[in-house]
Formats: sequence, C-alpha cells, structure tokens
Amino acid sequence: MSPMMAILSRDLRLASRRPAEALLPVVFFVVAASLFPLGVGPEAATLKQIAPGIVWVCALLSSMLSLNSMYGSDYADGSLEQMLISQLSGIELAAAKGIAHWLMTGVPLLLVSPLLGLLFGLSWESIGLMAFGLLLGTPILSLMGGMGAALTLGLRNSAVLILLIVLPLCIPVLIFGAGAVTAAESGLSPDGHFYLLGAIFLLSALGAPVATAAALRISV
Amino acid sequence: MKKLPRLFTFAAPKSFYRLASITVPWLYGIAAAFAIWGLYVGFFVAPVDATQGNSYRIIFIHVPAAWMSMVLYMAMAGWAAFGWAANARLASMMARAIAPTGAAFTFLALWTGAFWGKPTWGAWWVWDARLTSELILLFLYLGFMALVEAIDDVRRADHAGALLAIVGAVNVPIIYFSVRWWNTLHQGSSISMTAAPKMAHTMLLSMLLMTVAFWAYAFAVVFMRARAVVLERESGADWVRALVAKK
Amino acid sequence: MVWNSASDFFAMGGYGLYVWGSYGVTAAWMLLEPVLAARRHAAALRAVADMDDEQG
Repeated sequence: MSPMMAILSRDLRLASRRPAEALLPVVFFVVAASLFPLGVGPEAATLKQIAPGIVWVCALLSSMLSLNSMYGSDYADGSLEQMLISQLSGIELAAAKGIAHWLMTGVPLLLVSPLLGLLFGLSWESIGLMAFGLLLGTPILSLMGGMGAALTLGLRNSAVLILLIVLPLCIPVLIFGAGAVTAAESGLSPDGHFYLLGAIFLLSALGAPVATAAALRISV
Repeated sequence: MKKLPRLFTFAAPKSFYRLASITVPWLYGIAAAFAIWGLYVGFFVAPVDATQGNSYRIIFIHVPAAWMSMVLYMAMAGWAAFGWAANARLASMMARAIAPTGAAFTFLALWTGAFWGKPTWGAWWVWDARLTSELILLFLYLGFMALVEAIDDVRRADHAGALLAIVGAVNVPIIYFSVRWWNTLHQGSSISMTAAPKMAHTMLLSMLLMTVAFWAYAFAVVFMRARAVVLERESGADWVRALVAKK
Repeated sequence: MVWNSASDFFAMGGYGLYVWGSYGVTAAWMLLEPVLAARRHAAALRAVADMDDEQG
C-alpha cells in the first residue's frame, strides 16, 4: 500500500471508531443553516434568495470546525513527528490528510446540502448547481484548511486562529460558489463562476499540499 | 577611517537601530513637507470637479492610502520571506513592524473610500471586486498579526507568518487588476505608465505629492516600531545593555 | 485660489461631512500611530532597564 493510501485509510479508520465526533460538522451545518429562517423570518421569497449564500457560509464554517483534529492528535502523541522523519514526504502527508478531511467532512456536507436546499425552497436546478459548486469547493476548503491547521499546531486558540487565517483566503470560493447559483436564478450563466472555482481548485490541489508541508516543518 | 556600509551592514540589529534612530526625524520632516505642499495644491490650486464637485478631493488621501496598503503588504511579505529563507532575524522583525501600519492604511483606504462613495454612488459600501479584495487584504493583515502574536516560539512565529504572508500575497494583484477583470462600480485606473493621465495635472500632482508624504510617513512609523521590536527581541545583547546604561 | 471664504472652504460645496470625515480620521490616526510606536519603544527600553537592574 502506498504511504499516502496508508495515511488515508488510517485516518478514515480512526474516524470510523468515533462516528459521532466525525459527524459533528454535518450536524453543525444543518443546525446553523436552520437558524437563519428563524432569525430572518419565514418569507419564502427572501429565503430562496439568501439560501445559496447561507448554505455556503455554513459549509465554510463547518469545514473549519474539524480542522484542529486534522493534525492535532498526531502532534500531541508524537506520531506526526515520526511521519515527517519517515520516508513519507510532507507533501504526500498533507495531500492524504486533505483528502481524508474532505471524505470525512466535505462529502457529508455535500450530500446533506440538497436537504438544506429543500428547506430553503430552492428549485432542483439550483440545488444541483449548489451541489456541483460544493463538489469543487469543499476540497479547496479541506486543502486550505489543512494549511491553516498546520500553521496553528498546538497553539492555545488554534480554533479561532484557523478561522481568522483561512476564511479570508476562502472568500473567493464562497463568492463564486454562491454566485453561481444566484446567477443561474437570475437567468445568467453560472459557467464563469464554475470555471473560476475549477481554477482555484487546481491551484489549491497543486499549491496547498506544498504550503502545508512547509508549515508542518515550521510547526513541528 | 570609518568603514563604508556594505550590502548587509544594516542586517545587524545594532546597525539598523542606529540607522533608524538617525533617519526617523528626517523622514517625518519629509512627510510633513510633502503633505503640506500636496494639500496646498490639492485644496487651493486644483479646481472643482465637473461631476463630483468638491467631494473628489478625498482622492488625495484615498489613492495614496490604497497604494500604501498594497505596497506595504508586499514589503511585509517580502521581508518575512527573506527572514525565513535566509534565516535573517531582522528581516522578520521588519515584517512585524510593517504589519500594523499596513493594516491601518488598508482601513483608511476603505474608510475614505466609503466617505467618497456615499456622495458619489449613494452607498457607503458595495460588494464589488475591488472593495471586497481590499477588505480581504485587511483580514490578511489581521491574520498575520494574530498568528505571529499567538506563537510563543519567536522563530516559529516568524516563519509561520512568512508562509501566511506569502500565500496571501496573491490577493494584491487581484486588488490591482480587479477593475480590469470585473465590471465593477469602482472606477478603473486613471493613471498608467504608458498613456497620458486622465485627470487634471494639478489633481495628479497633489495625489503624487501625498503619495510621497505617505511613503515617508510609513517609513518613519515603521522604523520607530522596528526599533521597539529590535529592543524587545534583542534584550539580552550587550549593545542593548550599553544603550540602556547610557541613558 | 478656488475658495471665496473660510466658510466655503469648510462646507466644501456641501460635501463637508465626507471630505472632513475622511481627512479628519486620517489625520487623527497619523498623529496617534507615532505616539503608540514611541510608547512601545519607551516600554521596551524600560523593560531592558528593569531586566538589567534585576540581574545587577
């Protein structure tokens, strides 16, 4: 088994032993998104209009929730140091961790998003566009989040710090992801938004593991 | 005979400290002189604008502040990167000294922009590409400052900040080109390196004078802060002890 | 000279709030920031002096 697959399957297996913990971000996602109709009022037209934005913001925040544990427990018991000393390259480690995080957090968010779309009264077409955007966007969040997690390893306020560091960098993802749905609903084409999301995805896929590996070397 | 300064003479905290102490008053003087000159031209020579009346005069601080916010970020990222790559302590200290001033200029650009936008566009704020990316820049500065302050190990903090600053640097070209890439409410560039400026010469003059003033001011404040950072970091060094003993 | 009187100058053709709101905050900050930097410097000097005293 390749080193990357080993890390990936290890993380997934560890997460499967604590399903409640692993599903926390998804629960937060649904709860947080559901708060908005309660706060904003149940008027259908308003909800339909703000739905893409709300779902995306909640997806962003939910993704960030589980980032601490990405490297946290490995750092605490010393296994992270061992991994970095081993033949496994930092980049492979970062990539594997990013994929694991996406599978554990991003994919569940993606799968639950149509439910939220229905809660907000979005059309099936819009739900589909939103899901596609999340398909491109959630990996980006996992990869960029990994960099934030690596930079803030072992710090006291790492949860808030990760948010402060990673959210500004992820704002374009939010803008284009939510913007695609909004554009389609106004009759414009969402293509441009998806192209840009795809470009950001490629950039993150290539750059984020490198940056994360560098951050791990700094922090450990 | 006194030795001439070499390329990396001022990479030594002690030499830099002396350089900063000598130059700070002069820099403030230059800043004040150019500001007085620039404001005089801006308020007493430049004419009233045909479409915007007198509200356009905010440009004389808005554009320089915005330019400084971007330049200072690149400087901060550059020094931080150098401090990381070459393991140069003073370069990292410089990055820390620049950050608050850069953040302040970003805030001022946004504030003056809002006060200009209200009479011109009818709104204090719009979520167009340029304003949004400038706001992101402010968040990036704050993130940098938060990160370096949160890490107790100083060199780890320096390097972590450098990585963050470098990653965030991609935002600066986005701010700059945003008016070209998107249909934004914010106007496009009136000044280019290759064509004649699209504004009256007196207005341009005042704006450029204020830019020099802001630049000199930024140097002065950053050098002042850098001196403080050097003392905080190098407190164990002999030359610092001698400095304090003299007082 | 483009102003007819001092009150004209302050009114800025009706845009006084916006112009002076911008210049005012900018000027205030550019007076405050050097003071803050100087205080940080003074505090750093004092910290070194205290450390020196402690170590005798």
